[in-house]
This record gives sequence, structure tokens and C-alpha cells, in this order.
Amino acid sequence: MDASIPTKPADAHIDGPVRAHVVNLSFYYGEKQALFDVSFPIHDRKATALIGPSGCGKSTLLRALNRMHDLYPGNRYEGEVILYPEQINIVSPEVDPMLVRLKIGMVFQKPNPFPKPIYDNVAAGLWVRGIRKKSIVDERVEQALKQAALWDEVKDRLRTSAYGLSGGQQQRLCIARALAPDPEMLLLDEPTSALDPIATARIEELMAELAPSVTIVIVTHNMQQAARISSYTAFMHIGCMVEFDKTTTIFTTPKESRTQDYITGRFG
Amino acid sequence: MPDHTAKAFDSDLQDLARMVAEMGGLAEKQIADSVDALAKRDTALAQRVTQLDASIDALQSEIEEKAVLTIARRQPMAVDLREIVGVLRLAADIERIGDLAKNIGKRVIALNSEFPPPKLIRGVEHMADLVLGQLKMVLDSYARRDVSKAMAVWRGDEEIDAVCTSVFRELLTYMMEDPRNITFCIHLMFCAKNIERMGDHATNIAETVHYMIEGRQIADKRPKGDTTTLTALRTAADG
Repeated sequence: MDASIPTKPADAHIDGPVRAHVVNLSFYYGEKQALFDVSFPIHDRKATALIGPSGCGKSTLLRALNRMHDLYPGNRYEGEVILYPEQINIVSPEVDPMLVRLKIGMVFQKPNPFPKPIYDNVAAGLWVRGIRKKSIVDERVEQALKQAALWDEVKDRLRTSAYGLSGGQQQRLCIARALAPDPEMLLLDEPTSALDPIATARIEELMAELAPSVTIVIVTHNMQQAARISSYTAFMHIGCMVEFDKTTTIFTTPKESRTQDYITGRFG
Repeated sequence: MPDHTAKAFDSDLQDLARMVAEMGGLAEKQIADSVDALAKRDTALAQRVTQLDASIDALQSEIEEKAVLTIARRQPMAVDLREIVGVLRLAADIERIGDLAKNIGKRVIALNSEFPPPKLIRGVEHMADLVLGQLKMVLDSYARRDVSKAMAVWRGDEEIDAVCTSVFRELLTYMMEDPRNITFCIHLMFCAKNIERMGDHATNIAETVHYMIEGRQIADKRPKGDTTTLTALRTAADG
């Protein structure tokens, strides 16, 4: 993509091509404001972690990035999230949320496979995009399962139910499902919080492999995880972006005392 | 800085700091005693100096064990992580200082009755005073988290180096005067070099304290005054 992308706020923190720009984003659940004037860049093909205490708005922010909030009436966005290279504001009411979700995949805290065969789970995203040709779908399913490091474990049972997989496998299946349509961005909302340490390590390993080719935004409560897997970290508190910087800086020498207090376990 | 939500983490860190302070106190005593033993020709005191080293070593292992356990239990971040890594480095430097003092004690025992005249020891005593001042100040900078004090120690090492060079010159002339002086002069020179090395460890500690507080290494180049190697060359050329 174009490296000379026009830059907006938080320019000081941009040090590479940007996939999306969150610009003065505010969000309201009806009357209640949950995000206040949040601005930060999402770097292209890098992992950006959102951290912060419960209720700080990190999941709200993540969900805004694929218009999940549109599912409930009364919710409203202010500000912009510019997606490059198309340069569309994905939170604008004029932009169809379905279009946004076709570009931006999401994986949730708990694995949520469809009650269908493994193959169908991964192919679902392709079918809704109108991709029907079996040879293409076969190829993309295999590729996505390989990318999600699940192929070797399921290649002989693609027609069996996804519910027969372990929790960690189901989560990797959900990641494969999100990856199959080749999304422009992958959003992960605490993808390992329901998994055991081994399954967690697998997912982290997978993210390290994906990062050079996919733009990832991950919400995590596990600070060590954020430090391990992300290139950039944003610390949020009560709906505001307190600090955004390179992950190495945030976890070694953060500038804001609130960030320091949070990551060292001194909060509140 | 506010306390940790997990209070036990705070007490772990306090314990580590207390142990480092204790270790530093022992090392200070060891330096003072070793030079005292040299000046007063007190082999019994020198013996005690060599024995005290074991407790410093024991404290170091205790600190290492506790630091590793704390890292494993708390997964410290940022300032806390630097604090613990810093403590490990501090303990290693203080342990080395203890070894060097012990070495002086051993030399005092080795010299037995063959002691140099007091005027020669004065230079070494002066060096020891300077190093003790440096060590006190750097331990204080650690206890108070005072970067400016740490930086003063870091810059102050130059003076010790300079005195070491002049002691070296002095001993050299003394040895040339009478070859019978050589044995104790060499011992004395090693004592001076030991003290000079202690000064280097004090500056290491100053660098660690700076890193703990600021989160980055000192960018400047440290001034150096130890030119004993050059002095040797020059003297050889002169001769």
C-alpha cells in the first residue's frame, strides 16, 4: 500500500504505513458516552494492542471498528475511522456496515463456531461474498486453516462438526474463518482469555506468524501477552486514550503515570 | 508512586532494597577495616575482614534467589522490572567490592611484619577515603532514588583514578631507590589497584541507579583519570 498516506492526529507516533486512522472518535450508547475523542493510528501489517482496566472502552473501540454497535438502535458515533487505501470513513452512517464487516474480520473472547462442519465454518465467509466455485473455496479453506495452524489437526475430518474440536482448536477455527476472505484488518477481542496456557501459546504463535501479512488489533487483559505479541500499544482509561506508543516503550518507559501505574499493577 | 494492588509485591521490593542496603553497609565496613588493618599493621583485623566476605556473598545469593522468585511470581513491568534487574546488578557489584576488600586483607596478612613506612600508606588511605565517600553516596542515591547524586558519583571516579596514578608513581620511585622495597611496594600497588577497582564498581552502581530511575543508559562518556598504564610506558622509555 501507499506509504505516503496523508497523516492526521497523533502523527508523532506514526513510523510506518498506516492501515487505518482513528480520528477524534467518540461513541455513545444512547445517552451514555463511552468513548471520548479517541485518536490513534493503526499501522499496516502490525499488531496493535488495546489495554486498560475493565470498562475503559477498549472493547467498545474494537467493536466500533467493524460497526458492531449498529446492531442496537440509539448508538451513535462521532469522529472518523479512515480506512486506507480506500480512504473511507467506516463509522460514517453513509457507509454500509455490511461492507465494513466484509473488509474487517473479528474473533471474540469465546470461540463461537457455527454448529456446522469444520469446512463450512471456514467457507461461510467466502459463500456470503458470493464465492461459490468449489476449487477456489477448497483452496482458500485449506490456506486459511494452514494460516491458523489448524490444518494438520483437522484435514482428515473437515466434514465433521466444529463442535467436536477442543476450545483452543475452536478458537483457531474462528481465526481461520475470519482469515479465509482475506480481510483488510483482523480484530481480536481477548481471543485467549478462555483458553489454557498451551492453547494460548498456540494462538500467540499464530499471531506472530500472521502479523507480517495481516493488520491486527487485539484487546487483551493480559499485559504480558500485549508485550509479547504487539508492535504498538494503546492504553485506555475511562473512555479516553491515555497513551499510544510502540509496545517496547509502553512496557518499559511509559510517559504517562497512569500507564505506568496500570502496567505495574498499582492502579486505583 | 502509589502502592501495588498486591501488597505482597511491595513488601518483596522493600525486602530486596533492604538487603542491598545491608550488603552495602557490610562492604563499607569491610573497606574501612581492610585499610585500617593495613595502616595499623593489624593482622587480626585483616583476618576478620577476610571472614566478613562470606556474609556478603551469602546476602548476594539470597538477593538473587528472591529477585528470581519475585520475577516469576509477579511478572514485573517497566519501573518494577528495572528495579529488580537493577538490584541484581547492584548485588553483583557490591559482592565484587567485598572481594577486593578481602584481597587487601589477604595482602596485609601476607606482608606479615614487613610493613611499608606510613607515608607510603597515606596515598592508599586517601584513595580508600575517596572510595568510601563514593560508595556511601551511591548507596544513598539508590535509597533515595536520586539521579543527580548518582551522576555526581559517576563523574567523581576520575579523582580516585588520578590519586591511583600518583600512588603508582610514588611507589615506582621508592622501588627504584632500594630493591628491598619492591615486595611491599608491589603489595601496596595491588591494594591501590583494588581500591581503584572498587571505585569502578561504585560508578557501575551509579549507572545502574540511573537506569533504574530513568529507564535508559547514561549517554555521556565517563571521564577517566587512571593513566598507570601510560605511566609505565613513559618510565620505561625514560629509563
